[in-house]
Amino acid sequence: MNFTRAKSALLAAALAGSLTLPMVPAMAQDDTIKVGILHSLSGTMAISETTLKDTMLFLIEQQNAKGGVLGKQLEPVVVDIASDWPLAAELARQLIEVDDVDVVFGCWTSVCRKSVLPVFEELNSLLFYPVQYEGEESQRNVFYTGASPNQQAIPAVDYLMSEDGGSVKRWVLAGTDYVYPQTTNKILEQYLLDKGVAKEDIMINYTPFGHSDWQTIVSDIKAFGSEGKKTAVVSTINGDANVPFYRELGNQGIKAEDIPVVAFSVGEEELSGFDTTPLVGHLAAWNYFMSVDTPENEKFIADWHKFIGSDTRVTNDPMEAHMIGFNLWVAAVEKAKSTDADAVIENIVGLETPNLTGGMAKMLPNHHITKPVLIGEIQDDGQFFVVWQTDDLVAGDAWSDYLPESKMLEADWTAPINCGNYNTETKTCGGTAQ
Amino acid sequence: MLTPLLRLALLTMSLLVPTLAQAQTTDITARIAAMGEANLKELTQIVTDLASTGDPSVVPVLTALGDGNLYLDETSGRVVIQNGSTITDPLTGEAVDLGADTDLSRIRVNNGLRRDISAALGGMTLMSDNPRTRLSAAQGFLANPDPATLPLLDEAIAAETDANVLGVMQTARATTILSSEDASIEEKQAAVPQIVSGAGRSAITVLTSALASAPDEVKPTIQSAIAGLEQSRAVWAALQNVWFGVSLGSVLLLAAIGLAITFGVMGVINMAHGEMVMLGAYTTFLVQLVIRQSFPGLLDYSLLIALPVAFLVTGAIGVGIERGIIRWLYGRPLETLLATWGLSLILQQTVRSIFGPTNQMVIAPTWMSGSTDFFGLAITYNRFWIVIFALIVFFMLLLILNRTPLGLQMRAVTQNRRMASAMGIRTPFVDAMTFGLGSGIAGLAGVALTQIDNISPNLGQNYIIDSFMVVVFGGVGNLWGTFVGALTLGVANKFLEPYAGAVLGKILILVLIILFIQRHPRGLFALKGRAIEQ
Repeated sequence: MNFTRAKSALLAAALAGSLTLPMVPAMAQDDTIKVGILHSLSGTMAISETTLKDTMLFLIEQQNAKGGVLGKQLEPVVVDIASDWPLAAELARQLIEVDDVDVVFGCWTSVCRKSVLPVFEELNSLLFYPVQYEGEESQRNVFYTGASPNQQAIPAVDYLMSEDGGSVKRWVLAGTDYVYPQTTNKILEQYLLDKGVAKEDIMINYTPFGHSDWQTIVSDIKAFGSEGKKTAVVSTINGDANVPFYRELGNQGIKAEDIPVVAFSVGEEELSGFDTTPLVGHLAAWNYFMSVDTPENEKFIADWHKFIGSDTRVTNDPMEAHMIGFNLWVAAVEKAKSTDADAVIENIVGLETPNLTGGMAKMLPNHHITKPVLIGEIQDDGQFFVVWQTDDLVAGDAWSDYLPESKMLEADWTAPINCGNYNTETKTCGGTAQ
Repeated sequence: MLTPLLRLALLTMSLLVPTLAQAQTTDITARIAAMGEANLKELTQIVTDLASTGDPSVVPVLTALGDGNLYLDETSGRVVIQNGSTITDPLTGEAVDLGADTDLSRIRVNNGLRRDISAALGGMTLMSDNPRTRLSAAQGFLANPDPATLPLLDEAIAAETDANVLGVMQTARATTILSSEDASIEEKQAAVPQIVSGAGRSAITVLTSALASAPDEVKPTIQSAIAGLEQSRAVWAALQNVWFGVSLGSVLLLAAIGLAITFGVMGVINMAHGEMVMLGAYTTFLVQLVIRQSFPGLLDYSLLIALPVAFLVTGAIGVGIERGIIRWLYGRPLETLLATWGLSLILQQTVRSIFGPTNQMVIAPTWMSGSTDFFGLAITYNRFWIVIFALIVFFMLLLILNRTPLGLQMRAVTQNRRMASAMGIRTPFVDAMTFGLGSGIAGLAGVALTQIDNISPNLGQNYIIDSFMVVVFGGVGNLWGTFVGALTLGVANKFLEPYAGAVLGKILILVLIILFIQRHPRGLFALKGRAIEQ
């Protein structure tokens, strides 16, 4: 190998490597509490996760202005996982072992969470995960501040089945081909079958990540929906694939009045990328919308705009989840008078903090929280108009009650059970599923 | 001869009518005023009440409500219609001047209410003066047949003059008769052929749902009609798949054709090709931003204006890359691959730093939105124009390569660099121009892709693998190979998708390509002659 060749290969390797190094160098200061932020700032997930990094910096700045926690200032340590999941596990280890952070806020995709889980378990640290996910999991070191399926998918289907939602009789479950849509659709299919929907009235369809050619699928949906029964699409399509999907729907003339699409991964941030005129009337189910009219929300949005220096930036559901998670952690640390992981885990259960929609988010023994469920219709300004919401807060359920293999499982991280998958039938920890 | 009593009755009525109408108008005005503060349930009730008045003057306010053009002025509490920049009174249609301190907030509706409104409007607009309004009203009746509306339809059919609208009305009437319990068997028999000829693609659905409830005498007629329709549907479904395939193929062609120059003709493995596509898309975004701010009248032509701009911008960047990086690495494919890959990461992150990680918005021009029904084929306009555009780009490129001096020099340099140099061709200049041309065409692809994909820093990554696949499959160094390769892959993909699903379909295509390359390593159209021996 000649010298130039080695040099250019090194150069390329250095270029690639430089993108994965920590963005903020770790400073060894004893008088601060370090908070790890583990999000993708490059790669496919950067579109959603960069905002969450900014949200965390915003929350930390606010907390420091209030005097920090336990009299100490908080110090953020930001790493870029570059949409690369094995790297996420490595960086999580680095955050905990090298940078010595006390808590980590991060991940968006389920595969990211699954790959960092063993690290948090092994090193006994804390992860706050802010995104709606498929459930069927509860881990001692993880706090799930996003929605579980019973806080998003099930109420959305209930709404569509009701008279208000159009008394839908036929269902298209369309999703991206990975763990979250697969598990959610499994739960939804079982739920629909239990509700008396015939097997031939459910169409399930999966597409690869970043799918951009929706012609065939949209024309299939159109054919499926034109057989005389009211049809709706339940979409777990993730990320970039949504824009071409909605565009094709609009172009093929499918209107929300005829076949509404209810999405679980499309929020204000995703909609800010395109012209929403053809989407007006399609639905999304979340636990927070930017358009919710409460004083808490108004203040949060105003502060956020001031922090980010732009009043066109939107807020969304995972941002609220990070805010709730962060406030619960702060409350738990202050209650425990320590940032030690075991002390926080012991003290956080049962704590409450106000959410932005006028309710209280309470940390449950299964490490999920209570949330309201809101259904919004997309407006032509990229915001949502809330058309329906649950009367009460819904408690997050780690193990779905609708799947035969998990309905007898319960998660409870308080004494005496202290178990993430407690089987209520056999009264043993380590039930049948996983 | 009228009896005195009847005359008296008529007189009272004629006296009463104006007062009744007056009462109704104030009633309507009150209801419209109440819309401003109503919640969804109350709004639904108001819409029903307004529709039941049957007064044609409520049509504008209902239309505006359904389209989201009805607003409440928070300062004066008035309900007004806003259309563009003009504000009008909902009932009289006169322009309203609300003064400077207006605070308009939209009166929001949901899907259920939109359905109610269009149903209510259907009945009121069936006799409208505008044939397009009548057409959409008739289509509403076709979609929701209700035997109670038969007299209304009959009346409208008798008065209808437009053949197109008449056809839809008659089909709507036939559909209604078939679903009605009171209609006679003869009427139902006669309705079947009307549905077959008029209802297009939904004919089978209409007939199938009618079959169960139809009297036994009509059943054979319906069954044979369904059998006939199903045969023709199979043919059209195949044709529809071919169209989907061609349109997917044309996207592949657009993305790959620039690579066919840089990789196929020059032999440079350019991993940053996708980023050229991405830069073309961002150029379109910027062009549209400027047009929207400075020349809003040209918005519909922004894509056409973006085409030359994107070509020049990405072409210039391509020349810069060739002069700055690639010319030092000719003949060393591994280093070229690494360097261009690094470059692609730099370009992506640069765009992400400047424009942010979120998608940018390019508005579709009106002539690229919607779809048309071409003998039962659903053809969307954006796909249609992209197919046409891909063909134009392909043949222009063919023309440049085969009919211009630059094309001749390009071919000469790539076939035998030293000989070309000896003949007086400035090979470095030609290299730069060739790379610039390939990059410029990638930029053009970027302009087209704004209409079907996200404009995000990752745009290029989605196309780089597909582009290489097309070029290698078609045969390196052969433009026709790229053309045939792209269309073949597109059509094959679309024929596999209904059977195997999108995920498995893609895998199957990759497996088939691997098998094909094993058998024909040089692709579909292998170059022959001495050029390939070098």
